[in-house]
Amino acid sequence: MDMLTCKGLSKEYDKGKRALDGVSFSIPAKGVFALIGRNGAGKTTLVRILATQLLPTGGYATLAGLDVVKDTGSVRELIACVPQEAHAMPWLTPRQFITSYLYWRGMGRDEAARSFMATMRKLRIEKYADTTNRKLSGGLKRKVLVAAVIASRARILFLDEPTTGLDPISRTELWETLRMLKKDHFIFLTTHYLEEAENLADNIGILNDGRLMALGTLDELRARVKYPYSIKVFSEAKAEKPRQGSMIVGEDGVRQILTTEREANRLSTKLIKRGVRLSMNPITLEDIFYYIVKKPIENEVYDNGEEYW
Amino acid sequence: MGKSIGSQIIASVFVNSLYMMANYPLVLVSTVLAPFSLLIAITFVSHGTLLPIAIGGAFILSMIGAGTGMQQDLSHFKNDFKLQDMVVSSPTSAAIYFLGMSVSELVYTIPVIIVLGILAFFYVHASLLGFAELAAVLIILFAFSCALGFVLSTFSSDVVESWAYAGIVSTVLSALPPVYYPITYIPMPFQYLAYLSPATYGAEIMQSITGVVSFSGGMLAVDWVVIIGVTLAMLAIAVKRSRWREK
Repeated sequence: MDMLTCKGLSKEYDKGKRALDGVSFSIPAKGVFALIGRNGAGKTTLVRILATQLLPTGGYATLAGLDVVKDTGSVRELIACVPQEAHAMPWLTPRQFITSYLYWRGMGRDEAARSFMATMRKLRIEKYADTTNRKLSGGLKRKVLVAAVIASRARILFLDEPTTGLDPISRTELWETLRMLKKDHFIFLTTHYLEEAENLADNIGILNDGRLMALGTLDELRARVKYPYSIKVFSEAKAEKPRQGSMIVGEDGVRQILTTEREANRLSTKLIKRGVRLSMNPITLEDIFYYIVKKPIENEVYDNGEEYW
Repeated sequence: MGKSIGSQIIASVFVNSLYMMANYPLVLVSTVLAPFSLLIAITFVSHGTLLPIAIGGAFILSMIGAGTGMQQDLSHFKNDFKLQDMVVSSPTSAAIYFLGMSVSELVYTIPVIIVLGILAFFYVHASLLGFAELAAVLIILFAFSCALGFVLSTFSSDVVESWAYAGIVSTVLSALPPVYYPITYIPMPFQYLAYLSPATYGAEIMQSITGVVSFSGGMLAVDWVVIIGVTLAMLAIAVKRSRWREK
């Protein structure tokens, strides 16, 4: 039985806006599934449907074999969700917020107290248990939300852009937490930080305009790209077209060459001799995203890239 | 894991009243003071003759205020903290969340109920049955306003929209009905407007109990039927039509 299955999942809002368009995929086991996509790609819509907050207009989805529409009650026993832009109330302490959340989930007082403390210790934030949330840093506030869903003992966690707006240190700390969690949870994570998906995810899905463009492990996604090496040319000197591969010119003038390892070595040696400033790496998820979606993930309106083949 | 409905209800009470009052005691002062501004004004202007009605009116407005306050609290939780989404994706049902939040608003109102209760003991001369009727009116109007507040909160998409709802609801339930004075003080044809508000019917029952104004048995029967009817209808709407899982 797959952990998550979506079959033809669609969502059309009242004004005819199609947020999801026949999304079909399945994830077999626990671990982190990262869904990446640009703003407006449909990530939050998909999370909200799976987390039983929103009804689809077509198709179906199952979590641990339970239909998210027909078996809502049973699904809600298994899941917990940190929505995008969620905040712990500033007038509460982590202890008050998290234990209340556990009460809402039906836990008794003693069990909630035990689960709260165990989770705070696990995340090494127990010293903040009785500090009001408004006095906590942004990173700690997000950790409090994540702690709430961990303490719930739900097996399936939905985290919708949990690290958005966090400084790099807080983000890394939260990654550490998620890495710890994925051993015994299924975590559905949405993000537009590609390095987050690269670092954490066992499986990655790329969503664009409501359609699932690609799905697989990072290696499987890399294998979809014909050329596994990337050269980025930063200076204005004319970059030579590769004998094999493609060159993309970004809005910022940076030229990116995707090519084979051998050709990458030949080209970069030649360009360095000419004094051209460049970087050469195996392709990243960002390159894969660009290759598949034909747009960068961060910039919503930019689409000036020119592709040469 | 066994699911405790009591825990699910108490969660709302903790978050929306007890912790709020414990962490910010000033909210207690503000809650207690709220109904007294008009009570004092009406008492002075009427040279004390309308004091029993004004106490009853303060009771009614406190209970309605508690219910409609729920609309703003829940909108705030839903839109600014995304709490409703977290609760939807949990074993808590809309009905339990609604019940818990209603109890939390009631708990929040306890200080003012105590103060008004003391005033009523001294200045409202009603029979025991009269006080029981008054309590029933208050509970019914509270349930009505909570249900209305809950429905509106589930539809509001941001805090500005919730302010707009609050303004409209406050006019219909607090400003329009003659809760602090007899309906006969309102010139015709504006009395008809007052009857658009369920609070007017509750106020008539309350004013009859205080003995300051007398209404026919038939009128009072209509008053009961109206407040019970609209409350049941609003409760049904709250459970069936509130936007818990969005479409």
